[in-house]
Amino acid sequence: MATAKTYDPELLQAQRRRRETRRLLRGVGLHLLLIAILGVMLYPVIWMVFSAFRPEAEIFGDMGFIPTTWTLDNFIRGWQLYGNLTFTQFYINSFVLCALAIVGNLIACSMAAYAFARLEFRGKWFLFAIMLGTMMLPIHVQLIPQYIFFLNIGWVNTILPLIVPKFLAHDAFFIFLMVQFMRSLPSELEQAAVVDGASYWQRYWRIILPLSMPALATTAVFTFINTYNDFFSQLIYLTDTDRMTVPVALRLFLDPSGGASSFGGLFAMVLVSIGPVLGFFLASQRLLTKGIATQGFK
Amino acid sequence: MSTVDASNNTVLTAAEAGRPVRVIPTNRTGSAFKKAENRAAYLFLLPWLAGIVLITALPMLASLYLSFTNYAVIGFPTWIGLDNYVRLFTSDRRFITSIWVTLKYVGFSVPLVLLFSLTIAAVLNRGLRGLAIYRSLFYVPSLIGASVGIGLLWKEVFGERGVVNDILGWFGIAGRGWINNPTFALPSVITLNVWTFGASMVIFLAALRQIPESYYEAASIDGANAWQRFRRITLPLITPVIFFNTVLLLINSFQSFTQAFVVSNGRGGPVDATLLYSLYLYQQAFQQLQMGYASAMAWILLIAIGLATALMFWSSRYWVFYGDR
Repeated sequence: MATAKTYDPELLQAQRRRRETRRLLRGVGLHLLLIAILGVMLYPVIWMVFSAFRPEAEIFGDMGFIPTTWTLDNFIRGWQLYGNLTFTQFYINSFVLCALAIVGNLIACSMAAYAFARLEFRGKWFLFAIMLGTMMLPIHVQLIPQYIFFLNIGWVNTILPLIVPKFLAHDAFFIFLMVQFMRSLPSELEQAAVVDGASYWQRYWRIILPLSMPALATTAVFTFINTYNDFFSQLIYLTDTDRMTVPVALRLFLDPSGGASSFGGLFAMVLVSIGPVLGFFLASQRLLTKGIATQGFK
Repeated sequence: MSTVDASNNTVLTAAEAGRPVRVIPTNRTGSAFKKAENRAAYLFLLPWLAGIVLITALPMLASLYLSFTNYAVIGFPTWIGLDNYVRLFTSDRRFITSIWVTLKYVGFSVPLVLLFSLTIAAVLNRGLRGLAIYRSLFYVPSLIGASVGIGLLWKEVFGERGVVNDILGWFGIAGRGWINNPTFALPSVITLNVWTFGASMVIFLAALRQIPESYYEAASIDGANAWQRFRRITLPLITPVIFFNTVLLLINSFQSFTQAFVVSNGRGGPVDATLLYSLYLYQQAFQQLQMGYASAMAWILLIAIGLATALMFWSSRYWVFYGDR
């Protein structure tokens, strides 16, 4: 019975128009919904940003959402945590730690990944299975003997316990990530190098590594974020105040007897502390997408 | 390899291979090659192998040994057999509490993270404009959520004068100090974990975009509505990714530490309400210096995570769909 109607061109067009309006409305509805969810999720962060720029007395008052008077006092006060000990030292400690961790992960993990992805050797699948297995191990089963060992050789309160494992490719996840990437590279270039008499090291260093830039960049970004945010191991190994990194120092805000009991200072320093992670992410997003784009040519 | 003994080698003509002439090595030269490759591979693996022995295997064995001893860093460990394990399960009420707290934490946060991440990913996958921006914004909490800074922020947000009470105030609801309340402290920490659903969402989104549009078109022609399309096409096709995300989330949330530490200032309070397993282990090892006792806890955690993962893999046979493989 409806068949006669559906062939009516005018009605068909009206129907299509109605469907399009409905789709448009639904699109607007979805956008509003997503923005509302994001608003709720990011509200605490925005609140913190505004609080960091507010005079101390106004933070918990009913002074409106957006501050009436803007000030940098909180940043100046927060930066000076204890007497002559400032966040300058903590940031240097954190960045040195992150830089060395990145170097370690890039070298050690890419070497292991090259072997797993591009070479044949005895016991390959057995070792590969072990590598995958270590990704699931909770750190706790290694932590205590490691700590006792590092304590006995005098490495506690140095960054060595946090760095040396990276140079021994302890983050199996990144090996796995690079293996996946290196496997996808075409073998022709490496074969051409073999014909030219390149050694294994040259094949790895001059051909595979430059082609693996996107995977290396991803590893660098995530090593930075993980190391910078990591608290557990830094809490255990870095206890001297001048060795402390940013997260360990931020913890001192919890101590009400410490010199840092101001909420303004706390919010200001929390805001500064998440800055590098967000910055690194924003900067690398472009790098990562570019990496994916250059991948596209093959 | 410049001289080639034709009788021993298979020579492919250029026409056959469609590329320059290549020589497949003989057995003799092949094994020499293999030996060189073998040696090279192990040299490349040397740092990792050293790490596996020195910072994974040996410490694990040492930790297993310590778990049967009484050891307080100073002096030597004394062998006490299964005493640590017996004590943990029979006379340590805080240990039992920490297990319950952790089970509640994992049991609520993993399903909630899956639900949120999948829902938002499905909404984002409907061809909305600004997908990249939304994806980044939803991902931001995952970047910073594990940091001490956000833990400190959360303590204030759920504090007596924090944002949560401001919002409740708009609706005329009188607030309270959520994070200092034994009933609401753990839910506040769970909220923080769920807040970081963006990482799972990104993985789901990548999977959703792999599903061919034609499947949905075919279903629409057959008269399937949006829910049916999701239930009958999307869900079965992404079960491998749901599985992957679940295993990842389980392993991670069993080991959660930082946020419970920060909101309770390392104590796991109020009244042990946020005493996650890792936090209690930390207290035993590095505050009480009960290294043997804490090692026993570490091995129980390893076994628990192993069992949970094994259970997931076993159950995957019944609900994970691997397409035509």
